Amino acid sequence: MLQDWLFIGLLLPIAVLLPAVAIGLNWLLGPKKPNALKRSTYECGIETVGEAWVQFRAQYYIFALVFVIFDVEAVFLFPWAVAYDKLQLYMVLEGVLFILILAAGLVYAWRKGALEWV
Amino acid sequence: MSDPFGQISQFLLDLLTGWGLEAGLAAFLLKLLGAAAMGMLALFSTFLFIWGERKLLARIQIRLGPNRAGPFGIFQTVADFAKLVTKELIVPSGADHFVFLLAPILVVMSAVAVWAVVPFAPRFIGTDINVAVLYIVAVGSIGILGIMLAGWSSNNKFALLGAFRAAAQLVSYEVPMVLTLLIPTMLAGSMGTVSIVEAQRQMPFLILAPIPALLFFISSLAENGRAPFDLLEAESEIATGFNVEYGGLMFGMFFVAEFLHAFTIGALTTTLFLGGWLGPGVDRYPILGVVYFFGKSLLVWFTIIWVRMSLPRIRIDQMLAFNWKLLTPLALAAVIVFAVADKLAPGGVLGRTLVLLAGNALLAVGTLAGLWVHARASRRAATPPVGSTAPMRVNPS
Repeated sequence: MLQDWLFIGLLLPIAVLLPAVAIGLNWLLGPKKPNALKRSTYECGIETVGEAWVQFRAQYYIFALVFVIFDVEAVFLFPWAVAYDKLQLYMVLEGVLFILILAAGLVYAWRKGALEWV
Repeated sequence: MSDPFGQISQFLLDLLTGWGLEAGLAAFLLKLLGAAAMGMLALFSTFLFIWGERKLLARIQIRLGPNRAGPFGIFQTVADFAKLVTKELIVPSGADHFVFLLAPILVVMSAVAVWAVVPFAPRFIGTDINVAVLYIVAVGSIGILGIMLAGWSSNNKFALLGAFRAAAQLVSYEVPMVLTLLIPTMLAGSMGTVSIVEAQRQMPFLILAPIPALLFFISSLAENGRAPFDLLEAESEIATGFNVEYGGLMFGMFFVAEFLHAFTIGALTTTLFLGGWLGPGVDRYPILGVVYFFGKSLLVWFTIIWVRMSLPRIRIDQMLAFNWKLLTPLALAAVIVFAVADKLAPGGVLGRTLVLLAGNALLAVGTLAGLWVHARASRRAATPPVGSTAPMRVNPS
């Protein structure tokens, strides 16, 4: 069981290392002549006003919130799907009930207008 | 010939133990070798994928494409690499340095790490963990995180907009993708990729579940963030979005990840829905499995490029409405229909196939009816009768 995860434990550092080495190579080979103008923010030619870390519309945030609801619930459904072959019909129907409750959440968000792009 | 990959690993294991290493250490070194080989293979195959994609894009646009560096321009990507690697790495003065450097590495890592659970052929797989499907989702999300970090850390308004779009788009399309992943899991009774492939021995899941396969394909396309879902780097709207401040190989890494991910989508679709390495004669000659696997994966990969060339970019409100009002309800309905239909299906391949196909037909008819009702309602809303107060649909954004 743990033996199976060893490969992933080895692959993840390698997968981090390879792009890091490539970028390191770039740092070694590339010229290093920074100046203030070169390092200024690239927006539209006019000097940038303020920084980008500002308050921003909450619309994007609402979608992320709706996502969290669905993703957490979907994780609960995976054990049910794995055990599917061993389940009786009524157990499957209980899973369906769970999905319907999930769908009710979607309908609620929909009716509330959380899914409208304004 | 019956088990070439097992024989190769056994040969290497014997070789290492023959040098006087302990059995445990030899097994560890073998795994390390395998992991290094897989990481290298993934990154270096990207040279070919980028070239192949540019060639295909060119053919579709009736151009020649890269044709100078080497035969058929096959070394074009190598030349691009040589150019990018000698560029100056510019970190904008206002940026968050650590996060700015970390982002491209995370994006590549997520694209490579998915390969650990992709079964290329019988016994030719990184590791056959029993929660592979969840692993794919989890590791795939790290790439999304990388894109958001890149946009956020750049301290650039265009990059920030790209990051916000990434948050809205990539995160939204994760929902139908995760929900459709439930269906192969359910049909195979396992989350392991090898068991899912083995469960398709009698009938690939594409035939049992064409609509979930399509849902998975579309939401994967959106996850990849390319046309028609390339809102997060829409050149004509927000420069190139999240990667506008990047240069040199740091910029290149985002594209390595994107082009590699395009093939990974093909590999995952093949594993989950097209029967993976299975094909005629694969039990006698397992080496054929590699051919079948890559053949099917490249077919899906070609379809991805075809879609990219054929469809225009959609607007952000359309993109979100398409996900939340069509794909997500359809995915929920598909899970319900498959759960009930597969339980009610009689034994035998034919009976199961027919019942599940009936379920698919039900879903398709339901979707079309819903779309028809919606289209009629929006037509009425767009042309209000004289004197009514029905709101006009104004162009959002």
